Amino acid sequence: MDPSSGDLAKAVDARTPLPGNHSPADTPGGIGSDQMKVQTMKLKASNVNFFYGGFHALHEINLQFSANKITALIGPSGCGKSTFLRSLNRLHETIRGARLEGTIVLDNENILAMNASALRRRVGMVFQRPNPFPKSIFDNIAYGPEINGMGNHQHVAELVEQSLIRAALWEEVKDKLHQSAYGLSGGQQQRLCIARALAVNPEVLLLDEPCSALDPIGTAKIEELLFTLKDQCTIVIVTHNMQQAARVADYTGFFLMGKLIEFDDTKKIYTTPGKKETEDYITGRFG
Amino acid sequence: MTRSGAWKSVMNVLMFSLTGLCTLFTIGTLLFILGYLVSHGASALNWAFFTKLPVPVGEIGGGMANAIVGSAKVLLLATLIGVPIGFLGGVYLNEYAGAAAAFVIRYATDLLNGVPSIVIGIVVYTLVVHPMGHFSTVSGGVALGIMMIPIAVRSTEEFLHAVPNSLREAATALGASKWKTIVTVVVPAAITGIITGTMLDLARVAGETAPLLFTALNNQFWSAGWSHPTATLPVMIFAYAIAPYDDWHRQAWAAGFVLLMFVLAINITARFILSRASYAPRGMV
Repeated sequence: MDPSSGDLAKAVDARTPLPGNHSPADTPGGIGSDQMKVQTMKLKASNVNFFYGGFHALHEINLQFSANKITALIGPSGCGKSTFLRSLNRLHETIRGARLEGTIVLDNENILAMNASALRRRVGMVFQRPNPFPKSIFDNIAYGPEINGMGNHQHVAELVEQSLIRAALWEEVKDKLHQSAYGLSGGQQQRLCIARALAVNPEVLLLDEPCSALDPIGTAKIEELLFTLKDQCTIVIVTHNMQQAARVADYTGFFLMGKLIEFDDTKKIYTTPGKKETEDYITGRFG
Repeated sequence: MTRSGAWKSVMNVLMFSLTGLCTLFTIGTLLFILGYLVSHGASALNWAFFTKLPVPVGEIGGGMANAIVGSAKVLLLATLIGVPIGFLGGVYLNEYAGAAAAFVIRYATDLLNGVPSIVIGIVVYTLVVHPMGHFSTVSGGVALGIMMIPIAVRSTEEFLHAVPNSLREAATALGASKWKTIVTVVVPAAITGIITGTMLDLARVAGETAPLLFTALNNQFWSAGWSHPTATLPVMIFAYAIAPYDDWHRQAWAAGFVLLMFVLAINITARFILSRASYAPRGMV
């Protein structure tokens, strides 16, 4: 899997072109002003700095996520992309010594001032390795609606079915809803985790390298799923796999050593990157 | 060169034999104790042993029904006291305590575990028996309950620790608060292990004698109630073994056999249940 920019450019070309390109240096918001006129910004991070104890993990990140689009965050291991993703639903707060500075705004509301549970219900997350609960398939999906008090048993059962349909898993599991989720394959488990996140109707879905533990077929199914989901929510995906970013993302941000180097249309990033570091990374010269 | 080679191979054989012999001795001790108990106590082990009260000196026969029931009551009370405290302490230790606090708690718990059981007996005697004015089943339960706490804390901690953090993150990311995550995901994932840990804890205190000598005391008859002295198997063994009657000696052996079988049965059941647990720390199964 040696990525070359040529292959990536082809992957990008297959998709509909997107409006104008600017590098983050031109506009502090990250995305060009002409786009901002036509697109709603769902989530906006401004001057985000992040610390693990004394370690400065993220430096002055400014990034906006357009509603109903897929944004990919790429970069080498340890560049801070996962850290940034986890700050978007404040999951970093479960780590002792982690500290976030700056503002992150969801629909004009500062997430740092929100109730954490309420925020996480609106900003769902799927993790690197499938992590179903040691419960039945049904109970896995019903977990979110139940702890958030979303209606009676009948309604929860409907949500379970809907979520499994949305995650393209219903046909495969409808006859074994009350069997353990651990009996599913890795790819099915990951779609189960997506269904579990969808069950509370999140407005934003964060995915942290969701395909890194899956085979190519499982990966293809997840990618297909992301396309169908973007009408329903705003998607942010962290990935190590540059072809994946090129295939699924409308926008791509490149992180390096805790800094956002470049953010633009995926096509622009993969064909004519504005920064030398970006070009070096996507052509496989490092990382 | 050859001399040192020969020396090495002699040492090899020697160490192999020595470690092997010590292992054999370990296993042999258990088998020997089992065999000894059976050969000495089997003749006194009959239906009456489980259903009859002890008979007065000079008469042959009778049983230890009161001691069996007494042990059951004391252990039930000990579990009701020791397990909830130990379990919740273990939850705090693994889920809430910071590194420094966890170190202190673990250290204190291990020290409590190391307190000689007779010392716990004296403390309970002073704090419970003395104010009540007499020996009682309750005080025996309190003494054994205190002894159960440290192991309950540590085994709960160990099994909670074995639950992958990814499950906590998944629940948190769905909007679950910390305590809700613990109650609905973490504890259920570890519950099989926690239950088996409790069973092993119970098995460990079942044979404790010293703290019962001056709390539950002993009783030749049915105990009059929770606030009255009761016979228990370990104390009964003690009383019968030091008495100068052959029939009592045989019954003491039989009681020892019953106690050992109870402990073994709990151990085996616990390990069987544990082998089917979702998450268990390595080396526990």
